[in-house]
Amino acid sequence: MQTIISPLLVSHRLSLAPPVPRLLNNYHHRAPTSIRLSSHRSTNSLRLFSSTVAAAAAAAAASRDSEMATEDVQDPRIAKIASSIRVIPDFPKPGIMFQDITTLLLDTEAFKDTIALFVERYKDKDISVVAGVEARGFIFGPPIALAIGAKFVPMRKPKKLPGKVISEEYSLEYGTDKIEMHVGAVEPGERAIIIDDLIATGGTLAAAIRLLERVGVKIVECACVIELPELKGKDKLGETPLFVLVSSA
Amino acid sequence: MSGNKEEEDPRINGIKTKIRVVPDFPKKGIMFQDITTVLLDPKAFKDTIDLFVERYRDKNISVVAGIEARGFIFGPPIALAIGAKFVPLRKPKKLPGETIFEEYELEYGNDRLEMHIGAVEAGDRALVVDDLIATGGTLCAAINLLERVGAEVVECACVIELPDLKGRQRLKGKPLCMLVEYR
Repeated sequence: MQTIISPLLVSHRLSLAPPVPRLLNNYHHRAPTSIRLSSHRSTNSLRLFSSTVAAAAAAAAASRDSEMATEDVQDPRIAKIASSIRVIPDFPKPGIMFQDITTLLLDTEAFKDTIALFVERYKDKDISVVAGVEARGFIFGPPIALAIGAKFVPMRKPKKLPGKVISEEYSLEYGTDKIEMHVGAVEPGERAIIIDDLIATGGTLAAAIRLLERVGVKIVECACVIELPELKGKDKLGETPLFVLVSSA
Repeated sequence: MSGNKEEEDPRINGIKTKIRVVPDFPKKGIMFQDITTVLLDPKAFKDTIDLFVERYRDKNISVVAGIEARGFIFGPPIALAIGAKFVPLRKPKKLPGETIFEEYELEYGNDRLEMHIGAVEAGDRALVVDDLIATGGTLCAAINLLERVGAEVVECACVIELPDLKGRQRLKGKPLCMLVEYR
């Protein structure tokens, strides 16, 4: 398992994990590659991290960091995916920098690569369920499910699914919302991944995890295209690991 | 080529048997065609996508427009397989940035479908995808949106048609391809 260490967390990391001098050397050698772009640029801020397999096991055991796709600065797929995401300021309300993946979907190579990165990760992990969170999880989940031979299970806002459902409530900034799944869609013992375009506070994904766990499913991982790490969504996911392609501050 | 049902294909029956009909949803008298059970069968789901991909792969389609939300399930796999862009057509206020909208009628009142400005260009050849065609109102709105920006709508593609609702006639002359009829 590989761990990507955020440059901003390096000092924190050292206090938790055994020293990883090789990783630190890589970081220093690589002079900051994370660039915070001004709010009106249309490209995403992208953090490129080096990863080392040897150091990863120790660091990973001590940390609850989200895992990013292997990023060598030479890997063209991640950079292209990140640059295809459009940032829209002040949507849906002032102060929010909205990460718009629709521009990724317009770039046939970027969309194909996004799916390929997830498929490569999950195809040999005996995943029988891909659960996608409405609505943008419906865009990324099905192609992954089809490629790995898993079922696709939509997790929906209330009252959209016909027939018998189970639901799980979760908190919003003001009030609560619910996420629903069909009774009988999944069976105890199945191995699942949960897909959404982005993890922010982690509230929705945490509710999705609870829903699936209630019916005896093992969630192998949550997978998102984008993470907003400052919102610490991964902390809400309990034991479930998180995998993301792009981290956006 | 006019829209037609892929009658001879043996995969169709497999798909049809997976569709679950839920009575009185969302209200009494409506026999809801639930495609989620198709998605639970990897072979049936794959066959559904394959049937559309086989039909469209050599037709120079540059855009697959999917109608929220179930069109988001079928559209992207088709788009990926044929090398087209995927464009989500959404309920109001979901798409960030600049959009155009088209109004359409519901049984009571109106609703709107929105598309991003700049997603589709003049000359794009487009497919519109949704899980089901009922009255055709939403599909008609989708066709209008695409045509307004100069795209050519080649066909509408749905898994299910409810022919009694005559939606096929509301598609501005565009052909419809569907896999399963429910009367």
